[in-house]
Amino acid sequence: MNQSISYWQTFSNVLKRDLQVAIRNKGDIFNPLVFFVIVITLFPLGIGSESAILTRIAPGVIWVAALLSALLSLERLFKNDYNDGSLEQMLLSPQPLFIMVFAKVLAHWLLTGVPIIIIAPLLAVLLHMEESAYGALLATLVLGTPVLSLIGAIGVALTVGIKKGGVLLSLLVLPLYIPVLIFATGAIEAAALNMPYAGHLAIIAALLAGSMTLTPFAIGAALRVSTN
Amino acid sequence: MSQALLSADQLTCIREDRILFDQLSFDIYPGDLVQIEGPNGAGKTSLLRILAGLSRPYDGQVKYAGNTITRVREDYYENLLYIGHLAGVKGELSAEENLNFNLQLHGDSCENVEQALAQVNLTGFEDALASHLSAGQNRRIALARLWQSKAKIWILDEPFTAIDKAGIATLEHLFIKHIDNGGTVILTSHQDLQIGAQRLKRITLDYNFY
Repeated sequence: MNQSISYWQTFSNVLKRDLQVAIRNKGDIFNPLVFFVIVITLFPLGIGSESAILTRIAPGVIWVAALLSALLSLERLFKNDYNDGSLEQMLLSPQPLFIMVFAKVLAHWLLTGVPIIIIAPLLAVLLHMEESAYGALLATLVLGTPVLSLIGAIGVALTVGIKKGGVLLSLLVLPLYIPVLIFATGAIEAAALNMPYAGHLAIIAALLAGSMTLTPFAIGAALRVSTN
Repeated sequence: MSQALLSADQLTCIREDRILFDQLSFDIYPGDLVQIEGPNGAGKTSLLRILAGLSRPYDGQVKYAGNTITRVREDYYENLLYIGHLAGVKGELSAEENLNFNLQLHGDSCENVEQALAQVNLTGFEDALASHLSAGQNRRIALARLWQSKAKIWILDEPFTAIDKAGIATLEHLFIKHIDNGGTVILTSHQDLQIGAQRLKRITLDYNFY
């Protein structure tokens, strides 16, 4: 009856609002990014500046830091909306929930994933990463960070009603990040040895395709359960 | 008699091992204004959340025009406006942006947003961030939706909280207009409404100790 507002319109409204809110709340964007940079700069300080060791650990360090900074930023995905009641209003909208949820996760990725992708090559220089591995690093981050946001959002949706859900959230979500971590670092290491890494990328791409299509429904269902 | 717009069918709600209400049934018809009464902790908010489909009852079901609401969710939500304890207003957005978003989310027109804000006495505050406004003004941003809404069923949890006397009178006037147009209003309030008793239906919940 009331299809005057299309799905696309709903999607762009939610996306626009989330970006607007984040831009007026700048700490939300910068804190995870600064965290990412600091964690990575700590490694050369702690381990020493010997380039052979740093080259060896660079892929793992960058990816683990990316996982942790994603985890750090996840809470704000639904927490604020839950606290001020706008989540309730979203659940009561006649528009399908998975569209709104997908827009929110996309906004989260644009605000936390994209800055990491942009700054990662710079930090790779700091860790003496092999030149041949830069392409693989960027490719794995582009394909992998959206998976982190999508899978993490299920965990946030499940814990949003709990007062101190932060620790529980990391226990829920970090094990699910393991496949992304394994294949991403595998791809970068293969690239550093000038070996083909398309297979690793294909698996991360498959993870992305799977989580893009399935997680919005899971997140929606989890939100309905946790606001019950 | 016409078909009930919204009906509660044998609703039971249990919170923390306490039965809030048991086998509660009632029908709400177009043109009804229902006030849900009861002491604190009697389950008024729980009942409203169940009616809105936000919480699930322990037993029983809520029906919209004869169908269980989980079956006809989209259709039901097109005709439902629920404003809970939390206003659903984002502090980082201005009054106008908040109202626009809330209207679009529910498929209502955003054409007369300024008039709607004028109705709730927020003229001049359109571009002020909601976090800079008072609690009552935040509440008014949420309530401004009522003037633009096409929904037939309004479920309002304590709509008068933090609203001044003149504001309450305006709202009551709007409720009367809404039920005259065949809508229904279901609300909780500890205040006595200045609406004639013949127009007001009451549902009283008791506080049970078991």
